[in-house]
Amino acid sequence: MEPGEIHALLGENGAGKSTLMNVLYGLYQPDGGEILVDGQPLRLKGPSDAIRAGIGMVHQHFMLVPVFTVTENIMLGAEQVRGGIVGFLDRRRARREVAEVSARYNLRVDPDAVIEDLPVGIQQRVEIVKALTRDVDLLILDEPTAVLTPQETEELLTVMRSLKAAGKSIVFITHKLGEVKAIADRITVIRRGRTVGTASPEASRDELAALMVGRNVRLTVDKQPATPGRPMLEVAGLVVDDDRQIRAVDGIDLTVRAGEVLGVAGVQGNGQTELIEAIMGLRPTLAGTVTLDGEPIHGWSTKKVLRAGVGYVPEDRSVDGLVKEFSVAENLVLDIYDRPPFGKGLALRPDAIAASAKERIAQFDVRTSSADAAVGTLSGGNQQKVIVARELSRPLKLFIAAQPTRGVDVGSIEFIHSRVIRERDVGTAVMVVSSELDEVIGLADRIAVMYRGRIIGIVGPDTPREEIGLLMAGITPDAAGSAPAGDPTGVADGTTGDAAPTPESPGNEDEA
Amino acid sequence: MSTTAVPDVAVAAVDEGFWTRPRKVGLVLLALGVLATVLFGALATGQQARFTLSETEGGAALEIQGTLGAILFGVVAAAAGGALLAGVPKRWFTLVLGVGLVGFVLSFLCWQVSAAPEGRNFMPMVNIVRGTFILALPLVFGALAGVLCERSGVVNVAIEGQLLMGAFSGALFGSLSGNVWVGLVAAAVGGAFISLLLAVFAIRYLVDQVVMGVVLNLLAVGVTGFLYERLMQTNADKYNSAPRFGNWEIPLLKDIPLLGPALFRGNIFLYLGLLLVLVIHLALFRTRWGLRTRSVGEHPTAADTLGVKVLGLRYRNVLLAGVVAGIGGASYTLALYSFTKNMIGGKGFIALAALIFGRWSPTGALLAALFFGFADQLATYLGAIGSSIPSQFLAMLPYLATILAVAGLVGRVRAPAADGKPYVKG
Repeated sequence: MEPGEIHALLGENGAGKSTLMNVLYGLYQPDGGEILVDGQPLRLKGPSDAIRAGIGMVHQHFMLVPVFTVTENIMLGAEQVRGGIVGFLDRRRARREVAEVSARYNLRVDPDAVIEDLPVGIQQRVEIVKALTRDVDLLILDEPTAVLTPQETEELLTVMRSLKAAGKSIVFITHKLGEVKAIADRITVIRRGRTVGTASPEASRDELAALMVGRNVRLTVDKQPATPGRPMLEVAGLVVDDDRQIRAVDGIDLTVRAGEVLGVAGVQGNGQTELIEAIMGLRPTLAGTVTLDGEPIHGWSTKKVLRAGVGYVPEDRSVDGLVKEFSVAENLVLDIYDRPPFGKGLALRPDAIAASAKERIAQFDVRTSSADAAVGTLSGGNQQKVIVARELSRPLKLFIAAQPTRGVDVGSIEFIHSRVIRERDVGTAVMVVSSELDEVIGLADRIAVMYRGRIIGIVGPDTPREEIGLLMAGITPDAAGSAPAGDPTGVADGTTGDAAPTPESPGNEDEA
Repeated sequence: MSTTAVPDVAVAAVDEGFWTRPRKVGLVLLALGVLATVLFGALATGQQARFTLSETEGGAALEIQGTLGAILFGVVAAAAGGALLAGVPKRWFTLVLGVGLVGFVLSFLCWQVSAAPEGRNFMPMVNIVRGTFILALPLVFGALAGVLCERSGVVNVAIEGQLLMGAFSGALFGSLSGNVWVGLVAAAVGGAFISLLLAVFAIRYLVDQVVMGVVLNLLAVGVTGFLYERLMQTNADKYNSAPRFGNWEIPLLKDIPLLGPALFRGNIFLYLGLLLVLVIHLALFRTRWGLRTRSVGEHPTAADTLGVKVLGLRYRNVLLAGVVAGIGGASYTLALYSFTKNMIGGKGFIALAALIFGRWSPTGALLAALFFGFADQLATYLGAIGSSIPSQFLAMLPYLATILAVAGLVGRVRAPAADGKPYVKG
C-alpha cells in the first residue's frame, strides 16, 4: 500500500477478503506469514494494536452500539476523561472533536443522534468518523456499499476521494465491479484465499469478472418475455410492525400475476422482510388484506399458507430456511414430512424420504457427500439449492424468494436464477426480493421499489438504474417530470414497459 | 429532473382495536375500584381510621371516618380506572395509574385500620416508612449486584446465593474475630466467591448463565446449611455471635418528620446502600467505566474492535457484583439477626424482580425495592393489628406484588442486548 492510494480488494463472497482484513485489524491471529508496516514486521495482538499502528476498519456489519449516541460510540475505547482515576467522561470535548472531524471531511453527522434512529448510510459515516478521530493512516472499508442506495454509494465514493486527497490510504473490499473501476488506483483479485492477480482500473469488466470467478460468466439472465395471467397474489392496504413495534410496512398494495416475476427492490430494512413475513403468516398483519388466487389468507398459520401452494425461500437460510444439524434428506421434506409418501400415521418413512432426496439432489445439482450429511456442512450455494429444491417440489401458485442468492457462488446463482425463470414459465406467480439491484433487474418483469414501508413506484426492468436508484432513496420523479415512470401511488397494474425511453441493457453497465 | 421527497411520517390508518393496553389496565383498575368501594366500604366500621405521623400514638395524625374513607378512596380508584378506559393522553398513563393504585391501597387500609380492635386502630406511618426501608435494603444491594452484572452482559440469577454467602461469612468471621469490620470484609469476600464461580463458568466455560445461577444458589444453601449445623448450632457462642453495627444518628436530619427516623437513624448498611445507588448510577452513565460496561452489555463485538477488553471487564463487574451482594447479606447478620439456615429466603429472587421492574437502572431498582419492601411491611403490620385476612394471604402479599409489578405494570422493557450471551471472539 502506498500513502494516499485507494486499493481495491476484489473477490467473490467467501473468497477470504474479510478474513484477511480481520487479521490486518488484529481480530484474528494469522497462522503464518507476516504483516509489514513501513518495512517493519508488525505483530497485532488485538484491535488496539492495530489502531495504534494507524489502521482503522469499517466493518461490513457496523460495530456501533445501537442505543448509544454518535458521540458515545465514537468515544468508546478512546475516552477523554477528567477526574483522574474516577474517569468522568468529557462529553463536551468528545462532541467538539466529532463535530470537527465531520466538518473537515464533509461527513455530516449529528453528534447527539442515537444510532438506532439513523439510516444506514449515516451510520456508515459515523463509522468512518470513528476511525478518523483515531488518527488512522490506513482505512479498511469492508463491503461498504452493500447496504447503500446508488446515491449513497456515490456520496461514499466522494468521501473516499477526499480522504485520499488528505493522504489517507484506503483498502476497499467489494465484489461490485463498477465501483472498483470508478475509484480504485490498484486492484487485487482474491479467489479462495489466494491472490490470483492484480489489475489496473482500466481492465475491462469481463476480465475482472473472469479473474474473480476463474472462468467466463454470464452476467445476465436469459429469459423470454412474460405472459402474465390472472392475479395470483393480491395485497391491499397491508400494515405490519417490526419486532420493535415500529411500523415497517405502511399500507402496501400490490399484485403479482400468474406467470410473471415481480421484483421488489429497495435498500435493506425498508420493510421488505416484514412484507414477506406477513404474507407468509410469520408476522401479524395489523390492517389490510392478502389474497391468494381469490382466497383471503391473512391471519392463516404459516403451515396453511405453505399448503395452499406458496413456496418460500427465506432471506436468512441458516436461521429460517434450514435446520443445520439435520441431514440434507430431512431438510428436503421439512415442508411435507407428515404427508404421504413421507409420513404415515405417526411414523416417518425413511425409505421414501431417502429415495426422494436422492432424486432431487441430482435434479438440483446439490453438491453433497451424501443425502445423510448435515446440511450445515454444505457450502452456502448448495444449502440454498436444498431450500430451492424443497420449495419447488410442491405444486405452487406463488413462489416467494427473498435474497435468493445472498452469499452464494456465481455458479449457483446462475442455476437458481434459471430455476426461478423456469417456475415463472410454468405459470407460477413469482416474487423476488433482493437488495442486489442487478438481480432484481435481471429477473423481474416488473419492479416494485420499496421505501420506508411503502411501494414508492412500480417500473419496468428496462428503466435506467439511476431512476430506480432515486426511487430507492425515496425520490419520485415529479408528476410533470420528463420521464414517465412508475405510478407512485403503488397501484399494481400497468406501467410495464412504458418507462424511460433510454435504451440501456439491464445489469452491469453502470458507470458509477 | 424535479423531484419530490416522500414524507417520512407513517400515515396509513391502523385499527388497533378498542382494547389497547391502557384500556385493559383501566378496566382492571375500574373493577378494583368498584370492589373497593362496595366491599371495603361495607366491611369498614364507623371508627376513625388514624394514620399517625409522629413517633407517638397521640401526636399529629391524619384521620378519616372508616366507611367514608373506604368509599371515597375506592371511588378515586374507580375514577382513575374509568379515565384510563375512556382514554387519556399517553404521557398521563403512569400518573393516572399511580393515583388509582394509591386510592385502592388507601381504601383497603381505611377498612383494615377502622376494623382493628380498640387501641390498635391506628397506622404508625413512621414505623411503616422505616420498616419499608429496612426490608427493602437487602433488595437494594441484591438489585445493584444485578445491575453491575447484567449491564456488562452476564445474567445474575445467583443473587440469592451471593446474599446468603455474604450473610454467612459475615456472621462466621465476625464471630471469630469479634470485629464487625472484619465481618464486613469477609461478607464481601464470601459474595465475591460465589461471583467468581459464576464468572469462571459463564465467561470462561460458556455454561448457560441462568442454569449456572440456579446451581450456585443451591450450592450456597447447601454449604452454608451444612456449616451452620456443624459449627454454629453446636457452638453458637463461638461461631454465631457476631458483633453488630449500631445505628448512627445524623444530627438535625434525624428530626425531619416521617423521613428522619427512616433515613437518618439507620445503620451503616442503610447509608451504604443509598450511597451505592447514587455512586453506581453516576458511574454507569457518567464515567469511562460505565460507558465501557454498557457497551459490553449491548454490543461486545463493537467494544472489542475498539480495544475494550470484553472478558476482563465482565470478570471485574461480576466480582464487584458479588462484593455488593455480599455486603447486602451482611446487613442481616452484622446488624439484625444471627445466622440461620437459608435466612435470605428468596429475597435474592425478589431483588432480581426489582432489577427488571427498575429497568436495569440503579435508581429504578431502588424504587422497585422500596415498593416490594412496602408490600412486605404492610403484611407485617396487618398481622400485628389482628387483620381478619388469614396470615397466609398476608404472607403472600410481597410475592403477589412482585408478580403484578413485573408482569402487569412494567410492560415491555429492554434488557441489555447482549445480556446472557457469552462472548466468543471471531
